Amino acid sequence: MSAAHERNEATGPLLQVNDLSVDFAVDGFWVPAAKKLNYEVEGGKALAIVGESGSGKSASSMAILDLLPSNARIRGSVKLAGRELRGLRPDEMRKVRGADIAVIFQEPMTALNPVYTVGFQIIETLRIHFGITPSAARERALELLEMVELPDPLKAFNSYPHQLSGGQRQRAMIAQSISCDPKLLIADEPTTALDVTVQAEILDLMRDLRHRLNSAILLITHDMGVVADLADDIVVMRQGEIVERGTVAGVFANPTHPYTQQLLGAVPRIGVSDGEKIDTTAGLRADTTAIELAARAAAEDEARRATLGDPVLAFEHVAIEYPKRGRVPAFRAVDDANFAIYPGEVVGLVGESGSGKTTVGRAAIGLIPIADGTARVVGHDISKANRQLLRKVHKDVGIVFQDPSSSLNPRLPIGQSIGEPMLLSGTAKGRALDARVEELLDAVELPRAYRNRYPHELSGGQKQRVGIARALSLKPKLLIADEPTSALDVSVQATVLELMRRLQDEMGFACLFISHDLAVVDTLSDRIIVMQHGKIVEQGATGQLLRNPQDPYTQRLIAAVPVPDPAEQRLRREARHALLAADRAADNAAEQ
Amino acid sequence: MTIPLDPDFEPPAAPAAEDDGVAVEKAGAQGISQGRLIMRRFLKHKPALISIVLLVLIIGLAVSATGIGSIPGWWKWNYTQLLDPYNNGKPTLSLVPKWLGGEGIMLGEHPFGQNGVGKDYFAMVMRGTMNSAYIMFIIGLIAAFIGVVIGAISGYYRGWVDALLMRLTDVVIVIPVIVLGAVVGVAAGGLGPLFLAVLLGFVAWTGVARLVRAEFLSLREREFVEAARVAGASDARIIFKHILPNAMGVVIVATTLLIAAAIILETSLSFLGYGVQSPDVSLGKLISDNEAAFATKPWLFWWPAFFIVVLSLLVNFIGDGLRDAFDPRQKRVRMKKVKELPPEMAVGSSIGTRAAVPEGAGRGGGSAVGRRQRPMDGENDENGEIDGSQA
Repeated sequence: MSAAHERNEATGPLLQVNDLSVDFAVDGFWVPAAKKLNYEVEGGKALAIVGESGSGKSASSMAILDLLPSNARIRGSVKLAGRELRGLRPDEMRKVRGADIAVIFQEPMTALNPVYTVGFQIIETLRIHFGITPSAARERALELLEMVELPDPLKAFNSYPHQLSGGQRQRAMIAQSISCDPKLLIADEPTTALDVTVQAEILDLMRDLRHRLNSAILLITHDMGVVADLADDIVVMRQGEIVERGTVAGVFANPTHPYTQQLLGAVPRIGVSDGEKIDTTAGLRADTTAIELAARAAAEDEARRATLGDPVLAFEHVAIEYPKRGRVPAFRAVDDANFAIYPGEVVGLVGESGSGKTTVGRAAIGLIPIADGTARVVGHDISKANRQLLRKVHKDVGIVFQDPSSSLNPRLPIGQSIGEPMLLSGTAKGRALDARVEELLDAVELPRAYRNRYPHELSGGQKQRVGIARALSLKPKLLIADEPTSALDVSVQATVLELMRRLQDEMGFACLFISHDLAVVDTLSDRIIVMQHGKIVEQGATGQLLRNPQDPYTQRLIAAVPVPDPAEQRLRREARHALLAADRAADNAAEQ
Repeated sequence: MTIPLDPDFEPPAAPAAEDDGVAVEKAGAQGISQGRLIMRRFLKHKPALISIVLLVLIIGLAVSATGIGSIPGWWKWNYTQLLDPYNNGKPTLSLVPKWLGGEGIMLGEHPFGQNGVGKDYFAMVMRGTMNSAYIMFIIGLIAAFIGVVIGAISGYYRGWVDALLMRLTDVVIVIPVIVLGAVVGVAAGGLGPLFLAVLLGFVAWTGVARLVRAEFLSLREREFVEAARVAGASDARIIFKHILPNAMGVVIVATTLLIAAAIILETSLSFLGYGVQSPDVSLGKLISDNEAAFATKPWLFWWPAFFIVVLSLLVNFIGDGLRDAFDPRQKRVRMKKVKELPPEMAVGSSIGTRAAVPEGAGRGGGSAVGRRQRPMDGENDENGEIDGSQA
C-alpha cells in the first residue's frame, strides 16, 4: 500500500478535467455529447456525476480513459495527479488504464470474460501491470477476493463468471479493478443491474474500500439514492453541460438549479404517498407507535376490502412451472401462491430478480400455463385454459410490458398497435376504431397526430404511454403492469406513474403492479405482496407492511432502499446493519 | 415530465406551448416508416445505386438486343444464324477514337466476333446473358419464398415442427448443390431454362431458411409478439403482420446474395454440360463450348467471362448496399467528412429521428398534468425553464 502514501504527499486534486468536450459523428455532423466540462476529484473523495440517459455522463467519463468508439472526438485536457492524459501514446495510455485508473462496469456478466475463471482474469491484470510470478499473482488475487468480502475466496477464484451470483460477480469485478491499487476508480452505474439488497451490500463494500485504499471514486449514476449513500461531491449534468455542482449534503439540502430540483423531486421516496408519510426507518427499529399505526392501517384495509365484492383475480395454491425442455428439467418458478385482487384495487408485487414476480403476472393473463392450484381471473378459471377461454379473458385484462422499445412492433404505426386489440376483438372498426384510438391517445396525453408515427420516432416515456393506451383499449377490469417504469429515467418514471394513478382513478380498473422497487410500488398501491424465491413471504396493506414488516426478508428489503437524503440515509444504513447483525445472531443461535 | 414544485402553479407560457403542439400535429401527421428510412439510407449508398443502374442497363441491353418471344430484337443477327466468316471471326468492336490513333468508336459487323461455325457472337452473348439473368432471378425468388416459409414455420412453432423441418434442411444441405443440379439438369435440361431455374430454386433455399428461422426465434420472444397474442391475434396474423415485416431485412439481404450465388451456380452447371442445353445458350455454356478455342480465339472466352463477373459483382454490390441500409451500425464513418453541427441544429440532443415534440406535450388541454410536461431531451427548452424558475 505504498502507493497510498505517495498519493497523500502529492498536492492538488487527483483528477483535473478542463474543457473536456466529446462529440460523436452522426450522419456527417459532430453531435456534441459533452460540452466543455470542468471538474476536479480530490484523492480519497468520491465525486458523483448525475444525469439522465443521454446527458453525456458516461461518454465524458470514458473519454478520460480514451475508451470511446472510433466515431468520437475528444477535446480538452484531463490531468491525473498533474500528468496530462490527452495525447498520450496508445501504449502509455494502456499503462494508465488498470494501474492508475480502473473501471467498474455496469453489467458484470458482460464485463467479465465468460470463458476464463475469475482468478485467471485477476492474475492476468496483475501480471500485465507488475510482471510478477504466477504464484505471487495467485496469492495476491486470493487476497483481493477476500478483501471484497466474497464468502469463499478460493471457490470464487476457481469459478467461471456464470457460476457466481450477480452480487458476487460485481464483487469479483471490483476485486479485479482494485488489483493494481488504482488512484482513481470510475464506477459506471455500478449497481444499476443489481437488486436493491445486493446494491446496498456493494455500496457498503465500495465505501469501505475507499477508506482502506484511499482511492478516489468517480461515480456515474442516475440514482440519487446511491449518490446520497456514497458520494462526497456531486456534479449534475444535463444535455452535455454541468448545471450544478457542490457537496452532496449542500446540493441535497438546497438544490439551486431547477433541473436538480426536478431530478430530486422525481425520485420515488419510500413511504411517501398522497401527502401521508410513513416513517419506514422507525418501523425497522420496532417503534411501538409504528406498530400501532400498522395495526390501524391493516384494520382499515380489512374494512375497505369487505365492501368490494368478488375479486377480479384470485390465486389459490397456485404453482407455475416452466416445462422441461430437452434435458433441462421442469423448473418451478412459483409455488403455493395465494392472493386476491378486488375490483378497483392496486396491488403491488415486489421481489428481486428471479423471485417469480413476472411469472405471476404472465400466468395471470394466461401467457404461462398454471401447473397446480386454481386461478380465477375476471370470473373465469384459467387453470386449464384453452385458446377460446383465454380470448374471453383477454377482453377484460390488459398488460403493460417492461421494455417499451420491445413491446411495440417497430413496423406498425402506433395507432395500429393501440387499435389492434379492438380490431381483433371486433369491438370497433373503421371510423369508430379511429375515434377510439384518438380518445386513448388523449387519455395518455399524447398528441392525436402520433397515431401515424412509428415507435422509433418516440422517446421511451412516450412509448410506454402508448403501451398503456393499448393495454387500456378494451377497458379492462384488471391491468397487469409488469415493471412498466424500470426501463425509464427517474423523471420520466415519475410522470408515467402519475399518469397511471390518474387513469386508475378515472377508469377504476384493478391493477397488479409488478416492480423490483419498493419505493415505486408503495406510492401507487393499496396493498403490497412481497415475493422471494418463488414464494409469497408477506402481504398486507401498504401502511401496515411498510410500518411493521414481519418477515425478515421484507425488513431487509425496506432497509435496503436508498433514500435521496444523506442524513436520513445514514440513519437507515445503521438500522440496516443492526438488522443484519440481529439476523446473524439469530442464525448462530439456531445453529447452536 | 415535470414534477411540479408547486401543484397549483401553471406556467404562463402554457397556452403558447399548446399552440406549438397543434402546429406540430399538422406537420407530423405522417410518420416516417422504417421502410422509408431504409430506402433513404440505401439511396445514399453510391456503389449500390450505380450497380442497380448498371444492372438494369446490362439486362436491358441483352433483352432488347435479343428480343422476347415473338418480338424481334434490334440486333441484325440471330444467335442461331450461320454466317460467313468476316475478318477471320475477330471482334470488330472498337472503342479507341480516331484522334487517339484508333479506328474510331463503332460496333462493326460482328462486335464480339464470330464463333467457329460463323455464328454472331454478340447475339449469342446477349442471349446467354438474358438466359443467365432470367435463371438467376427465378432461382432467387423461388428459393427465397421456400426459405421464408420453412424458416418462419420452424422458427415460430419450434418443438417437433422445427426439428423435422431443420433435419429436412440438413438433408438438402449435405447433398452438394452442384451434384443435385447436375441430376436435375440432365433430367430437365431439354425442357428449357425456366424448368431448370425452378428446380434449382428448390435446392437453393437452405441458407435463407436457416437465417429466417434464427430471426424468428429471436423476434418471437420480443414483447410485442406477446402483446399481439394478448390482443387476440391468430398465429398467421402474428407471423405475417408482426414478425415477418421485422425479418424482412434478413430476407432481402440473404436473397440478394443468393441471387449472386445463383448466377455462379447456373454458369458452373452449364459449363459442366448439365445446365442449359443446345441450341439455347447461357454464359456458362458459351465458355464451356469454346474452352478449346482459348489459345486461338480468346475473345470467345473473354466476352462471356466478362459478363459473368460483372453481373455477379453488381448483384453483390447491391446486396452490400441493402445490408448497410438495413443495419447502419456496420457502416464505417469517414471522419474527414464530418462537419460541425450548424448552430440552428445544435439545440439539445438531436441524435436520431426522435419526434420534436416534448414528452406528453400537445394534447394537454384537459389535464393539468399534460400542461406541466417538459422535455428531458431538450427539444423544447423554454417550457422547462419557465417551469423551474418558479422555485
